[in-house]
Formats: sequence, C-alpha cells, structure tokens
Amino acid sequence: MDIYEKITALVPGVRLEEGATPTLYVEPASLHEAAVALRDHAELQFDFLRSLTGMDWGEEGLGVVYHLESTRLGHQLVMRTATADREHPELPTVCDVWKAAELNEREVYDYYGVIFINHPDMRRLYLRDDWVGYPLRKDFDESEELNPIRMTNEESSDFTSVYVKDDQGHTVETKQVLFEDDEYVVNVGPQHPATHGVLRFRVSLDGEVIRKLHVHCGYIHRGIEKMCESLTYPQTLALTDRLDYLGAMQNRHALCMCIEQAMGVELPERVQYIRTIMDELQRIDSHLLFFSTFCMDLGALTAFFYGFRDREMILDIFEETTGGRLILNYNTIGGVQADIHPDFVHKVKKFIAYMRPKLREYHEVFTGNVIAQERMKGVGVLSREDAISFGATGGTGRASGWACDVRKRHPYAMYGKVEFKEIVFEEGDCFARYMVRMKEIEESMNIIEQLIDNIPAGDYQVKMKPVIRVPEGRYYAAVEGSRGEFGAYIESRGDKYPYRLKFRSTGLPLISCLDTITRGGKIADLIAIGGTLDYVVPDIDR
Amino acid sequence: MFDFSVVTNWVHGWLMSLMPEGLAILVECILIGLGVLVLYAVIAMMMIFMERKVCGAFQCRLGPNRVGPWGVFQLFADVIKMLIKEVIAIRHSDRFLYNLAPYVVILGSVLAFACIPFNKGVEVLDFNVGVFFFMAASSIGIVGILLAGWSSNNKYSLIGAMRSGAQMISYELSVGLSILTIVVLTDTMQFSEIVERQADGWFIFKGHIPALIAFIIYLIAGNAEVNRGPFDLPEAESELTAGYHTEYSGMHFGLFYVAEFVNLFIVSSIAATVFLGGWMPLHVPGWDGFNQVMDYIPGFIWFFAKAFFVVWLLMWIKWTFPRLRIDQILHLEWKILVPIGLANLLLMTVCVVFGWHF
Amino acid sequence: MEMTKKPKIKGMKYEDFNDNEYLENMVKELNANGVNVLVGVLDDVVNWGRSNSLWPLTFATSCCGIEYMAVGAARYDFARFGFEVTRASPRQADFIMVAGTITDKMAPVLKRLYDQMADPKYVIAVGGCAVSGGPFKKSYHVVKGVDQILPVDVYIPGCPPRPEAMLYGMMQLQRKVKVEKFFGGVNKKMSQEEYRRILREQEGMPSPNPVAAQAEAKDKE
Repeated sequence: MDIYEKITALVPGVRLEEGATPTLYVEPASLHEAAVALRDHAELQFDFLRSLTGMDWGEEGLGVVYHLESTRLGHQLVMRTATADREHPELPTVCDVWKAAELNEREVYDYYGVIFINHPDMRRLYLRDDWVGYPLRKDFDESEELNPIRMTNEESSDFTSVYVKDDQGHTVETKQVLFEDDEYVVNVGPQHPATHGVLRFRVSLDGEVIRKLHVHCGYIHRGIEKMCESLTYPQTLALTDRLDYLGAMQNRHALCMCIEQAMGVELPERVQYIRTIMDELQRIDSHLLFFSTFCMDLGALTAFFYGFRDREMILDIFEETTGGRLILNYNTIGGVQADIHPDFVHKVKKFIAYMRPKLREYHEVFTGNVIAQERMKGVGVLSREDAISFGATGGTGRASGWACDVRKRHPYAMYGKVEFKEIVFEEGDCFARYMVRMKEIEESMNIIEQLIDNIPAGDYQVKMKPVIRVPEGRYYAAVEGSRGEFGAYIESRGDKYPYRLKFRSTGLPLISCLDTITRGGKIADLIAIGGTLDYVVPDIDR
Repeated sequence: MFDFSVVTNWVHGWLMSLMPEGLAILVECILIGLGVLVLYAVIAMMMIFMERKVCGAFQCRLGPNRVGPWGVFQLFADVIKMLIKEVIAIRHSDRFLYNLAPYVVILGSVLAFACIPFNKGVEVLDFNVGVFFFMAASSIGIVGILLAGWSSNNKYSLIGAMRSGAQMISYELSVGLSILTIVVLTDTMQFSEIVERQADGWFIFKGHIPALIAFIIYLIAGNAEVNRGPFDLPEAESELTAGYHTEYSGMHFGLFYVAEFVNLFIVSSIAATVFLGGWMPLHVPGWDGFNQVMDYIPGFIWFFAKAFFVVWLLMWIKWTFPRLRIDQILHLEWKILVPIGLANLLLMTVCVVFGWHF
Repeated sequence: MEMTKKPKIKGMKYEDFNDNEYLENMVKELNANGVNVLVGVLDDVVNWGRSNSLWPLTFATSCCGIEYMAVGAARYDFARFGFEVTRASPRQADFIMVAGTITDKMAPVLKRLYDQMADPKYVIAVGGCAVSGGPFKKSYHVVKGVDQILPVDVYIPGCPPRPEAMLYGMMQLQRKVKVEKFFGGVNKKMSQEEYRRILREQEGMPSPNPVAAQAEAKDKE
C-alpha cells in the first residue's frame, strides 16, 4: 500500500478504505489539493483519469468515484468523495487537473444534480434543460406526469453557468457567454450525414474557419445505467451490446469479465480463446466500418461500398455462431452462449486469406490518393499530453503516441499469451488515426491466426448458480474496445441487481477533445476529424 | 458525312411556302426551342440513368433494375415523383429570388446546351464568337446558385453558395484558358468551324503537347465548374447536407438536380467538340479504307460516343476520389492550374507561330 | 365490394406478402365513394412513379442505422428498387426510416424533420425501439414507439431487423403507395391562403393590417 501511504501523508482529509478494492476516501474540501498532488507528485503521476462515476450512496449522500492510472508508472488507484447534502450537493471540480473530467462532471451534474464548483460550463449534458429531477438518484420520480415527452423545440441557450465560492464561502452562480450575438453559429446535427448518429455540434464560424465548437449530446440517451439498476446481472448483459454496437462483443466481454472477476469464476481456456477471437473479429468489423464511413465522409463513395462488402463476410461468420449480425448477445457470465459453429475455423481462415489482399486494395483506392493524404495529414493534431488528459484512448490515443492499449496494459483473456504489436504513431493527426486503424486490422488478423488453430477442447460455459449475486464491493474491469478502453464499473451490495453500474464510454473522451483539435480548422476538417475519431454516438450517450 | 442542314433547309422552304417569312421564322424558333428542351430532358434522363448504373458498377452493385428491363424506366418514375412533390415555401426567405433561382440555373444550362454542335448542320446557336457565348451562358448558372443559397435563409445553403461562387468563378478562368489554347490553334471561335478544322485530325493530336495539357486542365477545371466530385463542395453531402439546394423540394430541387447532370454533359461535349473532333469521325492519314469505313458512322453517333466517353471518365473520377477542401481547391486553381494554363497558352502560341503542329 | 387494385411487386407474388387484408381494407375505404375513371388512371400512373422512386432521408440514431447502411451497400443494394438516392436534406426525401431508438430529447427534433419533409411523405419504424421502445421500454428517456409522435406507415420489427426484413418493409411501403389515392387523397397541398393563415397564427400576429394585406396581394401577383 505504498501509494496510499504516500497520498495520505501528503494531503490531509484522506483516508484509506479497505475492501474488495482498496479505495481512497477524500473529503470534498481537500479533493482538489489531492487531485493536484496525485497528478504532479513525482512518485505518483496519476495523469490519466480512466473513469469518473457519479454515485448516490443514499445515507452517505452523493459522490463521485475516480479511477486513476499513471501512464508512466503504470499503477492504478480508486478514489472517492462524497457530500451528505442532498438538497444542494457541491463538490470541487477536477477538470483543471484532468480535462477528461469536464464532460464527465457535467454528466454527474445531469444524473445527480451535483454542482461542481469552478467548473467552466455547468450545463446538463444529456437531458433537456427543462427536465425535472435527476434521474440516477435513487429517489428519482420516474412518473410520466413530471417528465412527459416535450414536443416543443429545445432552445439552445447561449449562456452557461459557472459556480464559484465567494469570500464568505457562499456559492455564487455567474453566467458565462458561450456564443456572442454577432457570431456566425452553425448547427451541425443531430440529423447530419457526417455526425455518425445523432450528435450535435454548435460551431462558431469565421468564414469557413472554426472558431469554437460545443458538443451537445443526449439525443440517444437511453438511460441504460439507470435501467441496469433494476435488472439482474444476466439481464444487464443484453444492454451492453446496444451501447457501442460496433463493439458488441467487447462491451459484453467487459461486463462479463467484471462480474466474473467479482465472483471469482475461473473460465475454461476454450472460452478465453473464443472470446479473444470474437473480440478481434469484432475489431476488424468495426475498423472496416470506420474505413467505409470515413471514406464516405471525405466524399470517396466507392470505398464505402468496398468496406461494407468485406464486412459482410465477418457478419456471416458471426451469424453462424451467434445468430445475430450486429447485436450478438454471445458472451454470458461464465462463458459464451453457444459453442462455435463447425464451419467457424474454416470460415475465419478463409476470411483472413481473403482480407489481406483487400487491404492492399483499400490502400490503393484511398490511402495513396493524393487528395486523401492532403485532407488528412496535419489536420486535427491531438498532442500526447492532451490525449492522456482527455483520456482519449484507443486508436486516437495511439495515433498521438500514447501506448494505451488495454490488451497490453492489463492483459485479459488470451492477450497475454499471443504476440502482437501495439500500433503507435507519433503525429496525432487524422492520417495517423486512420493508419492506426488500418494497421490494427492486420494485427487483429495476426492474433486470430495464432489462436484459430489451437482452440482447446472443453466446455464453453461454466455452470453458474441460477441466481447470480455479486459479492459486496466495487469492481472495475476494462477491455480494449474497438475505439478505446471500454470499462464496466459495478458497485454491488450483494444483491442480484447491481447497486450502480457504470460503463466507461469510449466515445465521451473522444468528443471532449473535439473543441481543442478542431479550432482553426475548416468545416471540412471537422468532418475529417469526426470521422477519424471514430466515435459511436449511442456509446457516448448510453 | 450526312449534313443535317438539308433537313432544316427543307423545313424552312416548306414553311416559307405556307406563310410569310416572319411567321415562318417564329414557327421555326418555337420548333427549335421545343427540340432543344426535349433533347435536354432526354439527355438529362440518360445521364442520370448512366450515373446510377456506372456508380453501381464501380461499387459492386447492380443499380436500379426493378422498374422495366434493366431499370430503364426508373428515371420516368423519378420524374413523375418529382413533378407531384410539394414545393415548400420557406418562411423568412426571399420568396421571389428563392423561386427564381432554379430557373436561372436551368436557363444558363439550356443556353450553354444550345451551343453544342451535335452533328453537321445541327447547331442551334452557332456564330463567330460561339466560345465567348458559351462561356458567358454557362456562368449564368453561378448567379442562380448564389441566389439559391442566399435566398434560402439557411446557413448551410449560404456556405454552399459562397463556396460555389469562389470555386466556379475561379475555375471559369482555367476553362477559358484551355479553350483559348485551342482557339489559338484554330483561329476561330465558332464551334462548327472548330469541328470542321478537325477533319484531318483531332486537335488533341494536331496540337500535341500543349493540346494535351490543355485537355487535362480542361477536364479538371470543367469538372470543378459543374460541381462534381471531387469538387462537389457547394453541395458536399457529408458537410453541408445538400449545400445550396438544402431548402429546395419537389421540382425546384429537380431542376437543380437535372441541371447538374446536363452541365456535366455540356462540359463533356465541349471537351469532345474542342479536343476530340466533335462529330468528326476518326481519320488516320494514309489509311483510306479505314477512313472510309469511319465515314459511314453518322456524325451524331461519333459525337455522343465521344461525349459519353468523357462523361464516363468524369464519373469514374467522381466516384473514386475524395472531396477537396475549399482552400485546397483554390490553391489548385490559382497556384497550379492558372500558371500552367498561361504557360501552356504561350507554348501553343509559339507552336502556332513556328508551325510546330500537324 | 370487390378488390380492384392488387399492387404488384416484381418477383414476389401478392399472396406471399403478409397483411394483405390491411391493404384490401384500405382500398375498400378509399374506393367507397367510387372513383372517376380518368382520375383513377392518372392515380395509377402517379402512384407507379411515386412507389418506384421513394427516396429515404439519411437518418439513423443507433444500431438499426448500421443495418440500414448495409441495406444500401453492395450485398443488399436497395438501389435496385429505386430507393437509392438517400437525401440528407429532409426537403427532398420521400420517407423517413426511423432506424433506432427515439429518446425524449430527440422526439421534437424528429417531429421537426418530419414537418420539414415535403408531401407526400411516409414513415417506416425500424426495429424494436422505434416500434415500441423495445429493450428500453422501461427507460425514463425513451419514447415508447415512434407512432406516439409520427404517423407510421410500416413497422419493421427486429433488433435490429435483418436487411432482408428492411427490404421487405420497403416493399410493403411500395405496395401501400401503389393503392393510395393521390388526387384528393395524399396530395395534401396547402393553399396559399391557408399557409399564410397558419404562418400568421404561428408568428402570433393578429389579423393582417391593410398595408400588409396589400403587400401580400402584390406578393401573390
């Protein structure tokens, strides 16, 4: 408990709580100080905020759980803070320490009504401004009368609130201007061909040049986390596939893994092999779709069809084994739903043999094109520091030179035993982000090739109890999703329902860095950047 | 080579025998006007159908094939649908300009269309400064697009219109320069004359290097002028939803849609006329037998074959290339194409002065 | 009354479609007052054109959207039916595929998109979420079925529906369009006066003052 001792010695108001996962409890008053110390102290260096989860602990009040990791030293930490005041809950912000906290704290404000002092933009993130109540509080009134479907058009305010403490310690609300009256503000989305779903940007333009950009989410906010609190563990699995539907396998893998680790289930080798292969197939599928849609965004329509043509082959493989094309419902707690199809191995091999030359074709059709290169190179540069601070994992982070692959950082399933390269580029521009994904297709095929011939015999499912209860505690497990670290955080009180289930969205950090990297670019660059960030909107909004 | 003016002269004579000259000319004007419009519509449909089939083929798809054999009636269905679709009046828009814009676009397109020599004797507008007239007529379309974007009271439309203004006016220059290069070679600006001079060899062969450079510049600039990919910024589907015609519905949108395709045809047919010999058959000096066989193929078939070949070339480019960005488009024009075009014009002049051409 | 119109779809028998009774009832209802022969023939021509040229709006909220893209891609290729020209601008689209969950926040936006479309327009609800709320029926922020806010013409169940199911749903929409009455039916063209009246009401203006009325009259030509 080296780290914990250090931090308790450094900052007052910090104490260690033992349990399934040792957690650092920090008094709200010393939270900011602790955050700065955690980030800046030479032996701690927690520069990566993996996940920020709002909590309603009932009696204890409302609070936040932070999952931290050091990208240099590799150690991890769980920290939490709470305020007992349910009427006017206030916590200090940490978004000046980790930029990733900015949108996440807005999410907590939206879910729980916790006001973050000094946060530069305290608006609701997902729900409408006229929404009544805070949905993830345990005492939230879900009645239709309170929140009917409002069919009036939502007015987007040009102002935001900032809460600061004055000299006497009172909280004061000040209004900040987001867009001046004379700015040329263009609304992109929610229905727009290049936002990849129902995301919305408000972009202030100077001619064609982007001056600033605000992201509006929530158009596909389905309240999955709240729903999960009233579902049994096996039932919650069904919703993971629908979060990021291009990472259905991986998302479900993350939640299953989290529950299995909490319950101490030992998985047969066969399951691990199958899960790894499926994850990688899903990754190829997702990257092919990325290639397709990105080419379409840039206007190269034919490449779009090539990607989709080849993607169908993976879907066929999925369909034979799982019965689904997109929503697969394959992983279960303690195994997988069904054994692999007899043709599986053969088809996967055939696919890989087919895919390799096709990848060359992609590069000929699109990558080598002079216009494509001009459009991508040097556009939307995300620095390594920003990538870490925003928590932009996955291909985006790796393109900025941050080796953030969960498969390497915390190997799970078979990833510790297979050989593969972590693709890292240094440039951080659109081209690097694009190339990372294209190269990862090859790496994924390498991984599959190492595994496909030696799938061991055995059970595909561990016998589980009919009612699954997760022992009390906090659990976090992450996998490398198609577009970054996808984590599942469970807080259990020993019931058959999770007390709180939070998914670390892969997309939320990606869109939070949009404003930074699009400034000064053109409208067309926004489309290229959005395409290479490769977010999936239902995964952002959850 | 069949001369279509025999037919027109006969019609003229017949009409003169029936009515006074003024009336006869009026009737002829109406007939020709109708003829041009019908041909315009037919070409538009052929182009759209071709576009769908060609892009289907490039994209490993079938394209329309359910309506009629090979889907040939698909376009008729589309036309009927367009005609009966509601034309929405936009609130807070400049109603008059908003309704006028599509007609301005189509007017420019029809005027330019009328300049094309389809066959020997089938030239609707043919006079000694035909090239000038063509350039002027085709620029009217820009006004329509600017009006459409400005009057729609929509920010996407406005950005699209501004883009098209910047883009089309710039590229007009390169189109002009490249055609001028050929005018230097031919010393005429009349389209029918330009074709006649290519009887002993197309200009792309006769003018060799400078003509080839001019042809390539013309293809790039012409493609940009009709807002086709990779220069389709004004409508840039993935950026501005539908660009300058975002707010247009029904037949008003249909007019933009049709004009875009016919403009592509116009650009291609001017390329065919100026560089590839128009309706002139392929003649190889010395191969008399071959030349005679070629002469049996009627002129308009030669013309359409060449024009559609260029169309196909441009479609290929459109469906393969990603879109440029506005600054890259202007950079390409002002820093690359215009200097090359000017130098090329000089080169051609030198060639002509010293007689270094065929 | 005897069924007079049987919408034909190339390559698929009438009997092979589901919900034929619904169409038959619809035709009966529409023809209750008899049809003018000329108008009937014109209707057929117009409906043939409309049904074969249904352009969808580029609109998708979640998972079903990916399958919808797959329908447009090489293997399924809805271009064969003439659905090819997906328009990103609602003004130019003929029908909207509500592919994916519609949330409370999205509902007014979707309604607005629908209102922006030009008549005649259709709605297809794709997938469990759009049909009834699907797996998110219990959520606090999901519209339980898009038919609560839009008039839906065809429902395509599934989570997400297979591309074949989407094609079938689109064919069903074609059949529906084919038996409709265009003249005096779906052609809900608003008169100028009516439009102006609604405009005035929405902008909260009282009855037009004489000057404005004059200007309007001039505007009308």
